[in-house]
Amino acid sequence: MTEGSEKVNDRKGTWKVKAGLAEMLKGGVIMDVVTAEQARIAEDAGAVAVMALERVPADIRREGGVARMSDPGLITAIIEAVTIPVMAKCRIGHFVEAQILQSLGVDYIDESEVLTPADEEHHINKHVFKVPFVCGCRDLGEALRRIAEGAAMIRTKGEAGTGNVVEAVRHMRAVTSAIRKLQGAGPEELVMEAKRIGASGDLLEETARLGRLPVVNFAAGGIATPADAALMMQLGCDGIFVGSGIFKAENPSARAKAIVAATTYFDRPDILADASKSLGKAMRGLEIGAIPQEELLAGRGW
Amino acid sequence: MSSTRRRVGVLALQGDFREHLAALRACEVEGVPIRLAADLEAVDALILPGGESTTMAHLMEPTLKQSIQQRAAAGMPVLGTCAGMILMAREIADGRPDQEPLKLMDIGVRRNAYGRQIDSFEADVASPAIGGSAPAVFIRAPQLTQHSPDVEELARHGDQIVAIKQGNRLALAFHPELTPDRRWHQYFLSLNGETR
Repeated sequence: MTEGSEKVNDRKGTWKVKAGLAEMLKGGVIMDVVTAEQARIAEDAGAVAVMALERVPADIRREGGVARMSDPGLITAIIEAVTIPVMAKCRIGHFVEAQILQSLGVDYIDESEVLTPADEEHHINKHVFKVPFVCGCRDLGEALRRIAEGAAMIRTKGEAGTGNVVEAVRHMRAVTSAIRKLQGAGPEELVMEAKRIGASGDLLEETARLGRLPVVNFAAGGIATPADAALMMQLGCDGIFVGSGIFKAENPSARAKAIVAATTYFDRPDILADASKSLGKAMRGLEIGAIPQEELLAGRGW
Repeated sequence: MSSTRRRVGVLALQGDFREHLAALRACEVEGVPIRLAADLEAVDALILPGGESTTMAHLMEPTLKQSIQQRAAAGMPVLGTCAGMILMAREIADGRPDQEPLKLMDIGVRRNAYGRQIDSFEADVASPAIGGSAPAVFIRAPQLTQHSPDVEELARHGDQIVAIKQGNRLALAFHPELTPDRRWHQYFLSLNGETR
């Protein structure tokens, strides 16, 4: 630590520094953990970061009620247990939860639809924070609205807590196919497309020029097996969030290691076959059609 | 610098290897992603990128690790940025007990030495190696704790040594690959390697 010797030319909390940490997480797996012990298991298995939570999404879904930011005591215990970055979730629009998480020293905040939204019209203005934010999306317009508000990293929403990858695939394909359609569009077409999808013209223009989102894009929501992780990587995401899929499985440590290997060697079916062997039972999972409409999480967010 | 066509490997297990590959393209050098020991045979130099050093160490197959050490001992130039610098060290403070580094440089490092992500920063770092000052991005960056006398200091930021060289091995505590300035990559490419 620097003891009061802060250099005058050090620029903290800049866009480059916020988006830069996401760049460092690429090709990695971020795992939901609810105890310091689970955080250590995740780190041992090769996680690039952990998401500190009181309940994994599968339990939030089962228990119902209002889901809020986790107990700061739990988050601090997890921060102290591991050397990798620690993320934590706040409710959509709940900027005070975000202020608290920043003061705890979390490395990334997930403004998450998995928790009960606190504002049904607005997300947090993330530009005013020094800590970077990740937000979920279902399509390109939603991704660019979150980036406009200051999100330095994007993830698919998928359908958290289901162990069913189908929604994450839908959201990833929606984003990549929308970006592909921008290729070759003229400036006047980009203006109308920005209006149609509710995105900033500048960000849409940048996306068209890059041929990808202007920030790192991870897959999340329903990933439960090494093959699921590799599927999302082959569909073009930059890395993987696994929520309930690890610690709701029979052998969390082996499954965590296998998903880490699958995310690196996503295009090598021989290595994936090897990694997928003898992992015990995956989490049971839910069919999306069997979930009542009002209990779907992905619709939260505006 | 050299006009001979070179192929430079970038360790591609995890982290910002895509940015290093893009930096190499900008320097008109072919970059090759390295995940397995066999991939290393095709390259003349190696870059260890930024990312999570614990994850990269976990994913590095023992055969790849040995090949990197053997090729480096035979004279292959190696550049490490941030996590890559940690992997090159002989000793890691505040690391994990199972995190066995590659020991390519006689240095000790401390992980996450500037604090948490909110303490990450951008700054301008000057060095004679690049003929001036260049933007540098420090993200949960390591600090040097010790080094042997033949490790050469190339740059400082405040009271910290942030760029070092030992023979043809170069370690940077920051990420030049996240900036458009290519002088650190060009400097690395100018270091002489083994004759193959």
